[in-house]
Amino acid sequence: MAVPTGTLHLAAAIDGDGQYQAPYYVELARLAEEGTLDFITLDDTFGPPGPGRGRLDALAVLARVAPATGRIGLVPTVTTTHTEPFHVSSAVATLDWVSRGRAGWRVEVSATEEEARLVGRRPAAPAGELWAEAGEVADVVARLWDSWEDDAEIRDTATGRFVDRDKLHYVDFEGARFSVRGPAIVPRPPQGHPVVAVAATDPVTWQTAARHADVVYLRATSPEEAGRIRDELKRRAVAHGREPGTLTVLASIAVDLADGEGAAGNAPPVTLTETPGGPPLYRGGPVELAELITGWHTADAVDGFHITPVAPRHDLERFVNGTVALLQHRGLFRTFYPGATLRDHLGLSRPAGRYALEREAAR
Amino acid sequence: MSRQHKQIHLAAHFPGVNNTTVWTDPRSRSQIDFDSFEHLARTAERGLFDFFFLAEGLRLREHNGRIHDLDVVGRPESITVLNALAAVTERLGLAATVNATFNEPYELARRLASLDHLSGGRAAWNVVTSSDAFTGENFRRGGFLDRADRYTRAAEFVATARELWDSWPPDATPRPFAHTGRHFTIDGEFGVERSPQGHPVVIQAGDSDEGREFAASAADIIFTRHGSLEAGRAFYADVKRRLARYGRAPEELKIMPGVTLVLGDTAADAQEKAAEIRLQQVSPQTALLTLEQIWGVDLSGYDPDGPLPDIDPDPDSQLTQGRVRHGDPLAVAAKWRALSEEKGLSIRQTVIEASGRQSFIGTPEAVAAQLAEFVAADAADGFILVPHLTPGGLDDFVERVVPLLQERGVFRTAYTGTTLRDHLGLPYPGERG
Ligand SMILES: Cc1cc2nc3c(=O)[nH]c(=O)nc-3n(C[C@H](O)[C@H](O)[C@H](O)COP(=O)(O)O)c2cc1C
Repeated sequence: MAVPTGTLHLAAAIDGDGQYQAPYYVELARLAEEGTLDFITLDDTFGPPGPGRGRLDALAVLARVAPATGRIGLVPTVTTTHTEPFHVSSAVATLDWVSRGRAGWRVEVSATEEEARLVGRRPAAPAGELWAEAGEVADVVARLWDSWEDDAEIRDTATGRFVDRDKLHYVDFEGARFSVRGPAIVPRPPQGHPVVAVAATDPVTWQTAARHADVVYLRATSPEEAGRIRDELKRRAVAHGREPGTLTVLASIAVDLADGEGAAGNAPPVTLTETPGGPPLYRGGPVELAELITGWHTADAVDGFHITPVAPRHDLERFVNGTVALLQHRGLFRTFYPGATLRDHLGLSRPAGRYALEREAAR
Repeated sequence: MSRQHKQIHLAAHFPGVNNTTVWTDPRSRSQIDFDSFEHLARTAERGLFDFFFLAEGLRLREHNGRIHDLDVVGRPESITVLNALAAVTERLGLAATVNATFNEPYELARRLASLDHLSGGRAAWNVVTSSDAFTGENFRRGGFLDRADRYTRAAEFVATARELWDSWPPDATPRPFAHTGRHFTIDGEFGVERSPQGHPVVIQAGDSDEGREFAASAADIIFTRHGSLEAGRAFYADVKRRLARYGRAPEELKIMPGVTLVLGDTAADAQEKAAEIRLQQVSPQTALLTLEQIWGVDLSGYDPDGPLPDIDPDPDSQLTQGRVRHGDPLAVAAKWRALSEEKGLSIRQTVIEASGRQSFIGTPEAVAAQLAEFVAADAADGFILVPHLTPGGLDDFVERVVPLLQERGVFRTAYTGTTLRDHLGLPYPGERG
């Protein structure tokens, strides 16, 4: 039997179409935090997801949730196609400040003509082009996070200087679609770099994911398929000069726990069903889901799972109190948060600022 | 029947990026940590304030080609902070300054509607209009807007945002919207259900003729800088007169100057403290730098405790970037010289004398009386208080002055509504046809 190679990571989506009330999101976030999940995600797009349903700005919701929770990571989707990279950098850094180091950001593009017309600034473009641009945005955003050295604020009463201007840096980024001078307005966030996530569910995203993401979600219906994609992503990450261990790969699954309690041992082996456009669907009991997670993790196919509860209140509750409780009981998943930041939960170190390193090297 | 006094509206400005904030004071804490925002917001809510206000800057200020390093710099992004504050307050309005030049209506209308939902109807937007290419270097669009076009874009921006908010009527599905204008051509369906206030409260900050006209046509509040009682009355009368042109009643636009205050146990005590604060705010380095911002030339050879330079300003100078201008530099220099000669003031003393905001100084009783007088005399409808300390700068005011205003019957003793529109007594916008 293969032995799990690393810590198991678990995350959950708290998406709710047509949900506008803060308490709804706070309740789900607290539930996920009771299960000591690494993070929650909230999806976003400019356009309404369906006729009359609509949604709130995801980063806004998770900023509202931040003071009402203590440890769980907060990962909103923020799109890069019709937004300003400078604003994106500021907003995500600010989510990290208000949550005291629990922010992440799922990078996403807007490929449709409908979204383009809502903003009216440029026509729709092919996904490949948009993902290349998303990579540039991720790059400049990280540079802006680094543009203040950690100790730039000096409050030196003797000389009357509040900041050391030698520790503030222009990023002078020139991309194909935009340029940014810098430095940031927001000082370097608590995590240095908030966690960057990419849903690597389509190969068009792989290059950007392998280069810039800390966390990727993939779509696979078997551990073999998941393992293959993970190896490919890690190979590409290494080609970009990254350590393979700095990329956390999660399998995305939709979870419907409406049926039956189930009992370990006497149920048929569970399978995942493909769904068009969405993550594969798991339908069954919480115990069998724990078996599935254990199986994939033991096979070293993925570092963990990102689950999307089909009925958020119901399925998340059963996931936490059933599946997670069992995984904890078996010693496969932690029972408390040993650290405070999302990077801590993921076992990722806090990166040093690139400009600080350059300045040190130049001495 | 007892006479109904005109009610005062109060707001708290989080001390931000300027030399108002005395960071050298040992009581001054972080301007970034959420604790600081929470402290000031809770203080304001305890004081039954109408709203909490955050300014915005989109590029670090520069002077003489180098990043300005004397004042507090570095701040989080406003709308995100306000969403977090919505979790730790219940009634306080939450106002974000957001530029109309470096944003797009669909995205911003969506973010503001989200804040309004998540706060239960407490969102406000302070529309500012900087357009300089210096700031533009941080954005895709760059410095694309002429000074003259700032307010045409801002006006179309606000009008477009209102069309978006109105396109989703209460208890109904969204109607498709289509906007075709000079600055924006957009269409589709708005992605956020109608928010509790319908339209978040709109604030305008700017003092030019175009700015006042824009405010009269489109804003609910003006954030001004005007100083004395007389200047305040003139501004107030001018702006309120403009409203009729847009079919609006005088009460539909509140005028709220940003003011500072200093409390003391005696009048002399307060004066002494105020003088001390001004000295801390205008250090010798800051005094010279303020002068260089007007003169547009390097004045590092001058003694801050000596007389003003006898050379003339360079009106075309690019020495300073990212600051709101003081006006025509030649005129300002002439005025400051006259002041300095008349009172025999040094550079530092002149800057202290000439550059302060309206400040209310005195015992709690005296300050309460001054505030009430300002409002009764139609020099303002209320005030945006700009403390000089983060985050405890309004603790004393709330404990000592608010009760006196309540005794005078000029300030609420409880919130009577839940939304910012309720606090301000502003109408809820109806839907459009
Ligand atoms: C009281 C006051 C506060 C302001 N606050 C900001 C601010 O926070 N951010 C900003 O970019 N501009 C700010 N401005 C600048 C205005 O947006 C505008 O650019 C400037 O006042 C020039 O416009 P005007 O010619 O109409 O006066 C402020 C202006 C005033 C009068």
